[in-house]
Amino acid sequence: MQENSPAERIYNGIIKENPTLVIVLGMCPTLAVTTSAMNGIGMGLSTTVVLTLSNLFISLFRNIIPDKIRIPAFIVIIASFVTIVDMLMEGFTPALYAQLGIYIPLIVVNCIIFGRAEAYASKANPVSALFDGIGMGLGFTISITIIGFIRELIGAGSIFGTPIGNLSDFMPSIFVMAPGAFMVLATIITIRAYIINRIEEKNGTRLEVVHTDEDGAGCAGCAFKDNCAGKSTKIETAAAAPAVSAAKAAAAPVNNAAANTEASAGSKAATHTEASAGSKAAAPADASSDNKATGKEGDK
Amino acid sequence: MGNTSILSILIMSMLINNVVLSQFLGICPFLGVSKKVETASGMGAAVIFVITLSSIICGVIYEFILHPLGLDYLNTIVFILVIAALVQFVEMFLKKSMPSLYAALGVYLPLITTNCAVLGAVLLNVQNDYNIIQGIINGFATSVGFAISIIILAGLREKMEYNNVPKAVKGMPFTMFTASLMAIAFCGFSGLK
Repeated sequence: MQENSPAERIYNGIIKENPTLVIVLGMCPTLAVTTSAMNGIGMGLSTTVVLTLSNLFISLFRNIIPDKIRIPAFIVIIASFVTIVDMLMEGFTPALYAQLGIYIPLIVVNCIIFGRAEAYASKANPVSALFDGIGMGLGFTISITIIGFIRELIGAGSIFGTPIGNLSDFMPSIFVMAPGAFMVLATIITIRAYIINRIEEKNGTRLEVVHTDEDGAGCAGCAFKDNCAGKSTKIETAAAAPAVSAAKAAAAPVNNAAANTEASAGSKAATHTEASAGSKAAAPADASSDNKATGKEGDK
Repeated sequence: MGNTSILSILIMSMLINNVVLSQFLGICPFLGVSKKVETASGMGAAVIFVITLSSIICGVIYEFILHPLGLDYLNTIVFILVIAALVQFVEMFLKKSMPSLYAALGVYLPLITTNCAVLGAVLLNVQNDYNIIQGIINGFATSVGFAISIIILAGLREKMEYNNVPKAVKGMPFTMFTASLMAIAFCGFSGLK
């Protein structure tokens, strides 16, 4: 498939760089609203709308927004669309709105949206950015619907709100409560890791590079130790670059500029540098993944 | 909920509706920065600081500017910008005037802007119709709840770092299973209501 073509972007979002299951971004809504499959669809689609529109507009404005104030500018664009979606949902789907509650306005701080804005939309043309948003949004929707489906089935004994016989009498309701969310997601990620391990053993090649993290604060912010894209990246896929920068952007958006320069210098030692943009202190960035990222970005 | 007592807000937000383990806000730093007790307490302290401060400021802005002018729908935009700006100012202020505190919290501050616990706490204040005092108490209690759970998780992870677990479970899934067990324990608090 042609790089950056609409079809490639959608495939990339749903399969190759699935934001929830592969990059592991946007964990808060993933865990919080997946008590039923319907909630998952609702949350997923509203996030998709915001992501698509914000990607499109950020891409349209990418040459107008000065680099130094891009973070606040992105925040304003994203927050405006979230407010629009919030009001539309309050008006047209009041039941779903009541279910999702505070998590609708909290789409603003969803790492996926910011990650895509920083890593992709601010560099790509509007059409690719639009389809990137659709792909990523659908990837998110599909994964949280699956998680919601599993939790609803084993926790409440129903499918899409329809009870199956008197199944609910035998089901452990803990799965629709808070602990079940962690448990189901952990199990899914374990299964994925297991399959990848098996494939690697069979082929004798490594699909993923897992970096060791020296100290807990490393990739902090939104980053997820071993499964965050900053930590584990498929070697052979050239498109891994946006994934890495996405995670980085989400973790510490302001550090991107500094991190990129570090990476192009190619020195692993320059992990702790002050980010000039926005006069924020740089969090220690993962230099090794930065190096890879720029290497790939250079290809484009 | 206009006259909820301060004590009940404290217990509700700190333990029963624990921000991480039952509301799922601030999951990313919870799983990301919880490898060592030391860094976890640094993050916890920074979060307490920022959430309490932003509850005060956003409470004032909502009470005296947004609500009287009927601009409630601007909540999300205004609050996120206020929080982002606040974090910047706090950082500059600490750097200039309290270098020792800055050294302790500095690294975590920029990461807090993208922490949904901050925006979540502020939005919950508005949604529950808390007045400014109640809002501040709620913000403080929420952030203390965050600090408690991240420090407990870090303590557990330190103890279990060298445990021999299957390769596929290693890392994130293992942390999440631990968090799941913690969440079960925190479910016990719901009897306090």
